[in-house]
Amino acid sequence: MMSRAKILCLLIGFLVLVAIPPATTALDADFYMGLAARMMIFAIAAVSLDLLLGYGGMVSFGHAAYLGTGSYAVAILAFYGITDGFLQFAVAVGASALVALIIGFICLRTKGVYFIMITLALTQMLYFLGISLEEYGGDDGINTDRSEFFEWFDLGDDTNLYYLILFFLVLSLWISWRLINSRFGMVIRGSQSNDDRMQAIGFPTFRYKLTMFVIAGVICGVAGFLLANLTEFVTPEYMHWFRSGEIMIMVLVGGMGTLFGPVFGAIAYLLFEEVISDFTEHWMIIFGPILVLLVLFARKGVWGMLPGRERGDD
Amino acid sequence: MSLLLLLEQTLNGIQFGVFLFMISAGLTLVLGIMNVVNLAHGSFYMLGAYYAATIMAWTGSFILALVIMLPAMLITGIVVEVLVLRTMYERDHMDQVLATFGLILFFNEAVRMIWGAESMPMDIPAFLSGHVDFIPDAPYPIFRIAIIIAGLLVAALLYVMITRSRTGMLIRAGASNRPMVGALGVNIRMLYMVVFGMGAVLAGFSGLMAGPILSVEPGMGEDMLILAFVVIVIGGIGSIRGAVVASIIVGIFETVGRSILPALLTQLMSSDAAQSMGPAMSSMLIYIFMAAVLFFRPEGLFPARTG
Amino acid sequence: MKIKFIAMTAALAMTATPVMAKTIKIGFINTFSGGAAIYGKHQKDALELALDHKGRKIGGLDVEVIYGDDQRKPDVGRQVAAKMLQKDKVDVVSGIIWSNILAAVQKMVVRDKTFMITTNAGWSHMAGKGCNPYFFSTSWNNDQSPEAMGKLMQDEKIDNVFLISANYQAGKDMLTGFMRNYKGKIAGRILYRLGQRDYQAELSQIRAAKPNAIFGFVPGGMGVAFGKQYRAAGMHKTIPFYSVFTIDYLSMPGWGKNAIGTYSTAYWDVSSKRPDNQKFINDFKKKYGYHPSLFAAQAYDLPFLLEYAVSAVKGDLSNKKGMIKAMEKVTYLPTKGKFSYNTNHMPIQNFYKRKVVADANGDPQVVTESVVLRDHKDAYYKQCKMRRP
Repeated sequence: MMSRAKILCLLIGFLVLVAIPPATTALDADFYMGLAARMMIFAIAAVSLDLLLGYGGMVSFGHAAYLGTGSYAVAILAFYGITDGFLQFAVAVGASALVALIIGFICLRTKGVYFIMITLALTQMLYFLGISLEEYGGDDGINTDRSEFFEWFDLGDDTNLYYLILFFLVLSLWISWRLINSRFGMVIRGSQSNDDRMQAIGFPTFRYKLTMFVIAGVICGVAGFLLANLTEFVTPEYMHWFRSGEIMIMVLVGGMGTLFGPVFGAIAYLLFEEVISDFTEHWMIIFGPILVLLVLFARKGVWGMLPGRERGDD
Repeated sequence: MSLLLLLEQTLNGIQFGVFLFMISAGLTLVLGIMNVVNLAHGSFYMLGAYYAATIMAWTGSFILALVIMLPAMLITGIVVEVLVLRTMYERDHMDQVLATFGLILFFNEAVRMIWGAESMPMDIPAFLSGHVDFIPDAPYPIFRIAIIIAGLLVAALLYVMITRSRTGMLIRAGASNRPMVGALGVNIRMLYMVVFGMGAVLAGFSGLMAGPILSVEPGMGEDMLILAFVVIVIGGIGSIRGAVVASIIVGIFETVGRSILPALLTQLMSSDAAQSMGPAMSSMLIYIFMAAVLFFRPEGLFPARTG
Repeated sequence: MKIKFIAMTAALAMTATPVMAKTIKIGFINTFSGGAAIYGKHQKDALELALDHKGRKIGGLDVEVIYGDDQRKPDVGRQVAAKMLQKDKVDVVSGIIWSNILAAVQKMVVRDKTFMITTNAGWSHMAGKGCNPYFFSTSWNNDQSPEAMGKLMQDEKIDNVFLISANYQAGKDMLTGFMRNYKGKIAGRILYRLGQRDYQAELSQIRAAKPNAIFGFVPGGMGVAFGKQYRAAGMHKTIPFYSVFTIDYLSMPGWGKNAIGTYSTAYWDVSSKRPDNQKFINDFKKKYGYHPSLFAAQAYDLPFLLEYAVSAVKGDLSNKKGMIKAMEKVTYLPTKGKFSYNTNHMPIQNFYKRKVVADANGDPQVVTESVVLRDHKDAYYKQCKMRRP
């Protein structure tokens, strides 16, 4: 059971997210709607990464790969004049599943530091691939238009896009919740604490972990699909290893191994970046030490610090 | 491509490999012995270059830069160890990655604020400038030969220290069973502090050797950091021997690959496509190679005895 | 009490009303953090100096500059631009170093009917099919400097040139531009990896090809490293280095004496004795203690360009048509000297041959030697179909 404070927090948070578009339109502050949309997209990415970090014990340092794959799916199809949203979505999902399958298949044979480094290296490889895709803008990136779904649902309208992103955020949280509490999720969590024992009991943990790896990749690919739609622009930069680090930080800030933590982590991180980079261009010199302090003293993250059982709300 | 050029490129590859080894040595030491992922290793490399460039700008002496930079790096390393890393030993790798990621951000910005965002001048010292002709028509810079010699010295020194000296014995013992060595009355804290400091010194030393031929600028460590990780992962974490072999392989792969790949591809496709595919493929080559190695040997080429 | 109250409201009213209409807001997006922050520093310093010179007024209006850091990430740049448009309601979005960030930002700016004035990024799309009435440039199109270099090497009959450039869009544009005017033999061609620092393999390859000269695009720290290794290998004695956007006062601290003896082409006549140009260089050196780069010059011109627009409409910033018309007619800017705007709002300007020489103290100094291309138009303007508002 979740504590009352947490339930209250979630409820308020959800209502605020729902109310943002009318509120910002009324106050003529569209900028904040864009910012909130961006936060939710990174929240989706962070939620998916937490499936690996917090539950699967797979420290992937290359989660940006799927952000890039999902967004390039949109841009490349649009480049050939295919703007149908359903098709773009299907390709984004399929492509990120495939990339995750290949990367996972190679990486999951390794453990510990090897796993961290090989996920990092393979993502960096995709980044260089993106730079050399001359046809699709290479390093310059590529402009794209918003996906087209229905006549009555025009994604060109920012509010519609916003609610689509909110829908996917809720959906990805729901999927994660179902996954974690399923038998499948139990095996994954079991293998996090003792992989050998799980294997000894007779679970082929490699297959389980690979499945989880692919699911996480697909959810992050959906975040990429949404990011391409929000920015109407795709660049290899989405796959840079600093980006992977940022998503990791969001998970940590929010609280690893919690369902809702990463959402709050993404919001906190982007809000912080927004506020502090206004204040000084040397914001990294403040942010670096804060990150160190967070790791040292606030392992449970923002969400974990609220009252309630530590891992019970997942 | 002529045979002589291929020979020259192989030499270039070995030289680059030796340089990679210098950077990787400290990283693999810290990772292998202390089981700490230190992303800030690249920052130490940068700091070493900046310290040296600053001292050279003041005194004009490369030797003086070396003599002052080494203890300065030791102190920097120890300060970082005491303030941040010390509390990280019992944590998992992810925490170490994030905390040292924070250190990267901090050091990059600090360097930018202190020394400015532009490249800092640092020239090849007079006594190491010039070139020799041991391949006909291909004068080879003396400074690059100095890098090869320096790298071999580092390798020899580390080998002797770890296998022959009492400190090395303690280090090896501490890596395999920390509580036991502690119980025997050895100050593990002190030992780790020294090892970490040494890692910083090694990184700083490679920064010093890189300064005169590469560019001394904020963030110069990141590119090298990733390459260094590739090297130690291929070689097997904690293994100096592995680092030597892997860095030479990666060095040759990188260098020879990027010089002959475009030519090879031209045979297969149009020259234009080859020209742009070549460099893209060669920059991916070492990652593919790494993936292949790890696929067949998940613990690298030379797995160290201890985890 | 009552009297005091009235006085206060009166004072408030007096200060409040003029402020409303009498400020021009400039959103200046640049790279202020990360590895390329040096560009942001040069451009910001230059813009501030220009505003000092103009008494902090443009066309009689007060100036408010909002600086935004794009961190060299296109999506961050877009986020910053959105904030400037939607929250700060700026009249002009300017700055922008990189083509990819301009690509990410421009669409939303011009859609909002806000002026988009690049002070560097020379993305060809904006000069051709993507041209827009609200878009202006104080710099150049990417291809132009290498076009000048191609012409220079062709005119000087330097045959058998080796080309080296970075493997990304701008790098390839540089070679395309070069080949437009250069008709001689090519000894070889290398596209190196973006961010590469060790060029020994490339240098070996170049030497083996026995060229008469190198044409290179090796910007920033990459160039600094290249320069050191080129000199260490002793190649400066036999194979001269010609470049664009590689050796300038921005990278000079790192290049140092290695730069002496190299050639480049650029639009800025740094040696010009024109008083405006000298005032810019001297005051810049006095205020900041370093020599301005051509990137600084481009940013310095921005307030002077806006001056024409704002005074033409007498401070009425809602008269965008009038402002566009006024800027199209501009024929003089302090660091450019005489020039004019083409139909695609890109400058038609001279390109110069520049050489790095040692000054009295033996320090490197850029001097312009001759005009290579006079009143040069970019290669894309014919594709531009300007739709006026």
